[in-house]
Amino acid sequence: MTQLVLEQALNGLQFGLMLFLLAAGLTLVFGIMDCINLAHGSLYMVGAYFVAAAAQAADSFWIGLGAGIAGAALLGLLLELSLFRQLYRRDHLSQVLATFALILIANESVRVIWGPAPLMLNPPESLAGPVEIAGFFYPAYRLVIIGVGLVVAALLYLLVAKSRVGMWVRAGAANREMTEALGINVRGLFTAVFVFGAALCALAGGLLGPLLAVQVGMGESVLILAFVVIIIGGIGSIRGALVGALIVGTVDTLGRALLPTLLRATLPADAAATLGPALASILIYLLMAAILFFKPQGLFPARA
Amino acid sequence: MAFYRPARWQNAAVSVSLAMLIALPELLTALDQSYYTGFATRVLIFALAASSLNLVLGFGGMVSLGHAAFFGIGAYVAAICYDAGIHEGLLVLPLAALVAGLFALLVGAISLRTRGVYFIMITLAFAQMTYYLFISSSAWGGDDGMPIYERMQFAGFSLLADEALYYLALGVLALCMLLFARQAQARFGRTVQAIRENETRMEALGYPVFRYRLVCFALGGAVAGLAGALLANLTGMASPNLLQWTQSGTLLVMVIIGGVGYLWGGLVGAVVLLLLEEFLLAWFEHWHIALGLLLIGIVLFAPRGVAALFGKHHG
Amino acid sequence: MADALLEVRALSRRFAAVDALQGVNFSVTAGEVHALIGPNGAGKTTFIHHVSGALRPDSGSIHFAGREATRLSMHERVRAGMARSYQITNVFTGQSALDNVALAVQGRPDAGSSFRFWRPVAAERRLFDEAVAFLEQVGLGDKAGQLAGHLSHGEQRALELAMALATKPQLLLLDEPMAGTGPEESARMVELIEHLARHVTILLVEHDMDAVFRLADRISVLVNGRLICTGLPDEVRQDAEVRRAYLGDHL
Repeated sequence: MTQLVLEQALNGLQFGLMLFLLAAGLTLVFGIMDCINLAHGSLYMVGAYFVAAAAQAADSFWIGLGAGIAGAALLGLLLELSLFRQLYRRDHLSQVLATFALILIANESVRVIWGPAPLMLNPPESLAGPVEIAGFFYPAYRLVIIGVGLVVAALLYLLVAKSRVGMWVRAGAANREMTEALGINVRGLFTAVFVFGAALCALAGGLLGPLLAVQVGMGESVLILAFVVIIIGGIGSIRGALVGALIVGTVDTLGRALLPTLLRATLPADAAATLGPALASILIYLLMAAILFFKPQGLFPARA
Repeated sequence: MAFYRPARWQNAAVSVSLAMLIALPELLTALDQSYYTGFATRVLIFALAASSLNLVLGFGGMVSLGHAAFFGIGAYVAAICYDAGIHEGLLVLPLAALVAGLFALLVGAISLRTRGVYFIMITLAFAQMTYYLFISSSAWGGDDGMPIYERMQFAGFSLLADEALYYLALGVLALCMLLFARQAQARFGRTVQAIRENETRMEALGYPVFRYRLVCFALGGAVAGLAGALLANLTGMASPNLLQWTQSGTLLVMVIIGGVGYLWGGLVGAVVLLLLEEFLLAWFEHWHIALGLLLIGIVLFAPRGVAALFGKHHG
Repeated sequence: MADALLEVRALSRRFAAVDALQGVNFSVTAGEVHALIGPNGAGKTTFIHHVSGALRPDSGSIHFAGREATRLSMHERVRAGMARSYQITNVFTGQSALDNVALAVQGRPDAGSSFRFWRPVAAERRLFDEAVAFLEQVGLGDKAGQLAGHLSHGEQRALELAMALATKPQLLLLDEPMAGTGPEESARMVELIEHLARHVTILLVEHDMDAVFRLADRISVLVNGRLICTGLPDEVRQDAEVRRAYLGDHL
């Protein structure tokens, strides 16, 4: 039991960190540009496809990962310059419609290019096996994901909390007009943030590729989770995104793994069998509703 | 945006369209195309669902991205009724509307405490929660959904023939559109439109804003439930796909194509989108790419939608 | 005070590091025109927001018409008989002047529920008859059919007043009714408020000192979130502390 809990806790941490990579870009685009981007999940999907395709072509996971991230960043740049720039000043409804349209285009384009079947992405061979930690075995590759996630989270935190660019970003999230009035190149800042967000999407997509199937529609489910994360954390807040992501990652993972067992111990068997999976799958949404009920602006509101 | 006013020639246009819709099944049979009766029913049902979203979005000004939840719940209520041996539409349809409406009341009571982007995302999250609830519960068929092996009756009449279900859908749609048209000019509609325009001012005139919003949201949910129950009877099943957030997105697309806040916006949008789908799909398998580009074009160049031509928005 | 219509006790509110209101005690007597003045940034608008219910105080209480109102929401206060006009003109520009006022009449409890889905508002003669009466009261009788957005600035301010009156208030909160009006328009507005003051108690926030001294029965002065003085216009004019606060300002 302890081993199960430990293993699932690590899985939850790993999932949470990957969610953070997605939520970080999303929350900044929201917070600074006041733009709702439903296609953020599509960047994740396309990023994963880029990584998988490049890894196959180069026969190396790491080269594939690098190339995929570069490709996604480039795609993000093109999207920002051609479409998103027009959307920032529009109402939320227009943003929802345009980015929903992007999802349709992305899903269909992926189907055209790579076909309807999922793509396989293999982890680097050196990391394929398990390693022993504290008396139990855990896949080495998952540990690497956790490590990369921690490093990126730390870098991101330093970047946003300590650097000059990060100061602009935070200022932009707190008060856009003021930031513009101070003469900061907001256009360039917006583009940079968007491209950066796209690159983080591809990083998450590429890292998760070997664990999940790289397939059409993978972006949508993860997008909603990223939304939940930034709602819980407070839109525009990197710290909120990190805390929210870790909460959602662990609660979801542990809930799915442990809740059915717990219910079996306390409820009649058939009730537990019906209730368990259902409750586990909606746990994070209940959590979000509860948090919003008490703090409608999330845990760490970026705007006072 | 000003309040909705019907165009002068609206009554004439509605009468003509209604006459054509009544004659449609006969016409299709005469042309030996009665396959399209089912398709036409589908269009009517989606027109109803999209119009119910338009009530919430266009009139109430609430950008909900979770409307599919109510649509899907209506479908599941129909399937659960079938399972429980309730086959009378006079019972099933009001029940579907009631359950969906009550659920909307609950979702609205929490979501309407938030504003803007938060509202969009929390409605989305609630819909997603509903989706997972249904696919993970074996009692309601899980991933496979719940079948309806035999259509319900209506006031004792059989709906087995596609034409019969078509006329039922047409009747329900006509009644709901009448209600929507009347409310738009009645106290309620003027109140919610004024709230959409300036919430604080209405609060300062003594209107309990939250309550009006909530009722508008729940009414939209109830009508969506009605549409869901009809659709489940048409397709012979309540599928979890109906609950997916992409379904909410599709309804939203319909409303926006048709024209947000125009009485006929949802209806026009549903007709346009489903016709496009039906006929584009035949010669271009990947028509979603074309649709996506079209939608982006609409956002950038024609933000007021098609139905803007059908009803004026002046003061 | 026995006949205080509005009684504010020890009202305090902090925003981040700023004490916007500090222990304000304030009352409006039924029948009077009570003006609240003070330099820019003194907290006048914040105070009005607290009285009207748009903001909640950190501490202190508000009593209105003999009842505790501190926790009431804005619409509940309106229904209890407190109406406000806004500093920035806040009318429905896409609607006719008549429709604007009819909307205000419709919102009143005695006009019946607005959860009515069937009968067109246009058929409700009573709403519009009443609305016309209120428009006439503010001198807009001949502009009823015009789009509110097409009215002049002064007319929009008058329309705003008509909407507030249509809620049949006991107390009218006027937040800078002269703001942005020309001399001619503001003379008309002063006349209008004088006329209204015969029927309704008024709490007036205003920068135009001529208007204030002409209209007010009593004046209170708010400086840096503190009420420094309340009295008859002449007393306030003589008050040393007020003079100091306003040095270099209007007085």
